[in-house]
Parts: sequence; C-alpha cells; structure tokens
Amino acid sequence: MASTAITPTRMVLNQLKGRLKTARRGHKLLKDKRDELMRQFMDVVRLNKQLRVRVEEGLTAAFASQQVASAIMSPEMLEQALMYSRQSVELDVTFKNIMSVNVPVYHFRTQNADPGEIYPYGFAQTSGELDDALDKMSRVFEDMLELAQVEKTMQLLAEEIEKTRRRVNALEYVMIPELEENIKYISMKLEENENATKVRLLKVKEMVLQDAHHYQQ
Amino acid sequence: MLKIAVIGGRETVMAFKALGLETFPAADGTEAGKILRNLTRGSEDYAIIYIEEVLAAQITAEIDRFKDSPAPAVILIPGREASIGLGQAALKAAVERAVGTNILGD
Repeated sequence: MASTAITPTRMVLNQLKGRLKTARRGHKLLKDKRDELMRQFMDVVRLNKQLRVRVEEGLTAAFASQQVASAIMSPEMLEQALMYSRQSVELDVTFKNIMSVNVPVYHFRTQNADPGEIYPYGFAQTSGELDDALDKMSRVFEDMLELAQVEKTMQLLAEEIEKTRRRVNALEYVMIPELEENIKYISMKLEENENATKVRLLKVKEMVLQDAHHYQQ
Repeated sequence: MLKIAVIGGRETVMAFKALGLETFPAADGTEAGKILRNLTRGSEDYAIIYIEEVLAAQITAEIDRFKDSPAPAVILIPGREASIGLGQAALKAAVERAVGTNILGD
C-alpha cells in the first residue's frame, strides 16, 4: 500500500529506488544464508538424533547394572564406594563460527587415561556389577560430551535460522512490495504532473495565438 | 578450567560422581531449579549441565532460558527409569523452531 506520507518528487523516487536495490540484494544474501544454515542444521539434527539414542541406551544400560549392584550391596556401602572419584575431567571450550553463529566445541581430558583406573574403590567389598555399571558409564560418557556439543549447536543454529527466516520474509513480503508500490505511486504522480504541464502549455499557446492573430487552429 | 555438573536424583548422580563430574542431588523440581540457578548465577564455571529428565520436566521454563545463550549447555539425560522422551522432544522442538514444521516425520 502506498503510504500518503511520501512526497512525489524525483529525489524521493531516486532514494526509494536505491533502497529497493539494497533490499533486493539483502534479501538474496539472507536467503542464501538461510539455505546454508538449514543445510548445516539438518546435518547436526541427524547427528544429534543418533547420539541421543546412543546416550539414552547406554545410560539406561549403565543404570540397570547399577540397580543390580545396589540390590546386592547395601546402600551405604554403595555410596561409600562411589564417594571419592579417582577420575577427574578437564574441560575446555573453544568457539567455532558457523555462518556467524558461535557454537561451542568441547575439548576434554580425563586425568586417568587408563580405563582400568577409573574404579574409586577396592574390589574386596564391592560387587562385580558395580564395576560393570561404571565401565558402561565411562564408555557412554564420551558420547554424552559430544551430545552436549551437538545439542547446543543445534539450539543455537535453530535460533539463528528462525531469525534469518523472519528477516527474509519481512523483506520479501513487506519491505520490497511496499517500496515497489511507492515507486509506482511516485512515477505515476510525476507522469501525471508532466501531462498536466504539457496540456497547460498547449492551452497557453492556443490562447497566445488567438490573442495575437485571431488565429484559429 | 571449566566444570561439568550433573543434577538428578540421589541414585542417578552417584555413578557420575565416580566419573569425576560434580554432582548435585535434587529431590524434586523446585530443588533442581534452585541448584540450576545457583550454578549459573554470575559465574561461567559450568560449561555443561546435565539434568535428569524427570526433574527437568518440572522446570522447563528455567531450562528454556539457556537455549539461546552459548553457555552453558543444559542437556537432558534419562533417569534410572527408562527415558520419558523429553530429550527427543527438545530435538523436535528445535527443528520446528527452525523449519516451522516437523520434518523428521515422527
């Protein structure tokens, strides 16, 4: 809809044409950005889905083993056995830039690299099921870290895509049509003025001729 | 040096403790929410916070706050009972948010 606030002059027309050009270029760029983000996003989603399934299965299995262990051992013993860990995890975060979205990349290092060193208890008073549970747990842990990274990436990308999509739509369905409408309005108005001027000139010419020579066209 | 936190039921977090993660047992959603707020207040010490699904279900609003910030990552994990599907739901929600519709087909 042409807004009535614009003044139909050549200067405004030129300004509007410039803005339309910028809007079109911006629209194209944002559309490309959206498409690329979407492509990356779908990869991440697929990976996330796989990891999620793997982590959930792994954890459920680990908890099941722990359940068995807790059935065999007394709760106090179990808690005591797990109270002090020999393992510790050092985590560092760097950020990776995907299409201007900063997503985290986790680097972790476990203190005890040897998988046999993770048990924080003596074997005399604990059941084998507990070892089993811990073993499963430590194996799923790596996937859990990756899941954290992938899931955060997915959330951040989703936000950016949503924002970009809104912008693309705003440009495509609001900004650009409005600018085009205004440009059309101004050029029509200018043409009308031009016609009016031409007709006026013709009329004046006729009047002048009439006055001078009593000349009838 | 960043840390990883696990919030969950007493029994759930026990095994994570042995892995060297910091564990915070919580009995219910309110307590979990309180812990989550404490962990994220001001400092950026915790890069990843794992929360048991059953507790997370009671404080979805709190967890959604972290969706748009780069840190920390709040990740749902299944509890001792089988997964209640909240983690999958979060994935679906993200897809819906980005695409506008669920295109995963399930």
